[in-house]
Amino acid sequence: MSAPPVLLSAPARGGARSRPDTDGLLVPRDSPVHRLPAQCKVVALVATALVAVAVPPGRWAAFTALALLLALVVVVARLPVLLVVRRLVVEVPFAVFALLLPFVAGGERTSVLGVEVSAPGLLGAGTLMARATLGVAAAVVLASTTGARDLLGGLARLHLPTALLSVLAFMVRYAAVVADDLRRVRIAREARGGAATRLRHLGGVAAGVGSVFVRTYERGERVHQAMLARGHRPGTPLVVGTPARPLSWLAAAALPAAGLVAVLVLA
Amino acid sequence: MHVPDGFLDASTSIATGAVAAGAVGLALQRSDREVREAGAPLTGLTAAFVFAAQMVNFPVGAGTSGHLIGGALALVLVGPWTALLCLTAVLLVQGLLFADGGLTALGTNVVLMGVVPVLVGSLVLRALLAVLPRRPRSVVPAAAAAAAVSVPVAALAFTGLYAVGGTVDVPIASLAAAMVGWHVLIGAGEALITGAVVGAVVATRPDLVHAARHLRADLVLVDADGRRAPAPAAGAADAAPAPARRPLAVGLAVTAVVAGLVSLAASASPDGLTAVSTALGFDAGARESLAAASPLAGYGVRGVPSALLSGGLAGLLGVAVTVAVGAGTALASRAVGRARRGTRA
Repeated sequence: MSAPPVLLSAPARGGARSRPDTDGLLVPRDSPVHRLPAQCKVVALVATALVAVAVPPGRWAAFTALALLLALVVVVARLPVLLVVRRLVVEVPFAVFALLLPFVAGGERTSVLGVEVSAPGLLGAGTLMARATLGVAAAVVLASTTGARDLLGGLARLHLPTALLSVLAFMVRYAAVVADDLRRVRIAREARGGAATRLRHLGGVAAGVGSVFVRTYERGERVHQAMLARGHRPGTPLVVGTPARPLSWLAAAALPAAGLVAVLVLA
Repeated sequence: MHVPDGFLDASTSIATGAVAAGAVGLALQRSDREVREAGAPLTGLTAAFVFAAQMVNFPVGAGTSGHLIGGALALVLVGPWTALLCLTAVLLVQGLLFADGGLTALGTNVVLMGVVPVLVGSLVLRALLAVLPRRPRSVVPAAAAAAAVSVPVAALAFTGLYAVGGTVDVPIASLAAAMVGWHVLIGAGEALITGAVVGAVVATRPDLVHAARHLRADLVLVDADGRRAPAPAAGAADAAPAPARRPLAVGLAVTAVVAGLVSLAASASPDGLTAVSTALGFDAGARESLAAASPLAGYGVRGVPSALLSGGLAGLLGVAVTVAVGAGTALASRAVGRARRGTRA
């Protein structure tokens, strides 16, 4: 297993990546951004990502303006800048693709540092990186200021289907539990047989994962039985959010609105 | 393979979003019985399992380790509809909380990593199970094959989407070759891992493997006189759910109309923002650089003169391909089912 998944439920178990001042992905702070209802934040940040995607290629001033606006939100939310930057690393695999674009794309050629590259490819790669980085930044702000439970409540207020919400709720609740099961199986296997490094060890690793699936399945059945025994009726919504005041919607709309105005002026 | 924001143009993203919404809606409807019987916890825990299992390092030879993508594994373990729900849940959480895959590309990601692998995987799985010996262990090679095929096909689907709505002009043939070539390798790893995990589950609890449920041997009752009477194994009867033909057709029609109309609307105005800026007189010179930068991003099918027409066409084309693949799967599975019932009777 790679780094222990720092996840969604409350106490992140002493992994290398978890920091004392974070709760899973949430960075608990008392800020206006944290206090906004989740549904407002989801809509606002998706809208911001949409604005970023709609900026025509090569309008660097508009991209910079959007980046500054998001940076402002990070400051208002009192998030540690270093942590936000570290979470942006998610896009690295994609950045590799973007780096290749100038070399494989067609169109007229131009010279950068003595290397022949495609001009449209270069422009396209820059634009892709800018849009993707802004999108990732929006998602990082959302995840860092919203607890998983609040987020589900927000999605419920946005009328996601009840069944899908229940699935999401159980996934969020048990992801850390299952990951922990997998970690224990790995520790047990390594204690008995050493690290799995060769193809012939695949069967052993797979047996562990398979046994965790069986355990997970049985846990699912037990949880369902326990819920029924306590009077749960299938189909009852498990997640209900809290309504947002119009003022919250206005506050949340400030970011995409400001972004839109900035882009319209600068693009 | 998570597609980030801004990778495909707006009309393609909207069309794939509509397809994804339609498919997930259909999955919610079709898995309703399963979810009602087994409960939402089971589906949610399976989603959690797929999510967590994606982080396990599997040794796949030559000193390298591979990661599970999980589409084929979920399909084999819990069935296509529940698997699609699980994969959607995983992608939602990854997109919303982990910034893995763009928020505006969520529909594209659900199509590429949920709908396509599940569809293709089901097709391969059913085809192989029809010819392999009728016993639970047959699921292992069938699952491996489903994984091996579904990964490069998903890469091919990505290339197709890129050809229709990519924002940077890349030679499509070489992109397809690179994507498929690379993903054949990834698919081989995925096949190894999926086969090994399914094998481990089949060895201990074949009754939990959805694709193996109807493959369990019939019980044979022997009475005091030594007469043998076969008793069908539990689960064999409900392996094939009654076909819900009309809701399926209605769902697909609605998806097609919505995707076509919405992408039509999206592309009728050049770009939401460009249109606004044109209207407000902001676009001094923007149009020119737009066209120069992305000759391929022309909102749809090349060679079709009207932007309006071609954008809508692109959306419909995407739906049509998905529908064709889906219908093919359904027909094939029905034919296989009929053939099997015929041989057993």
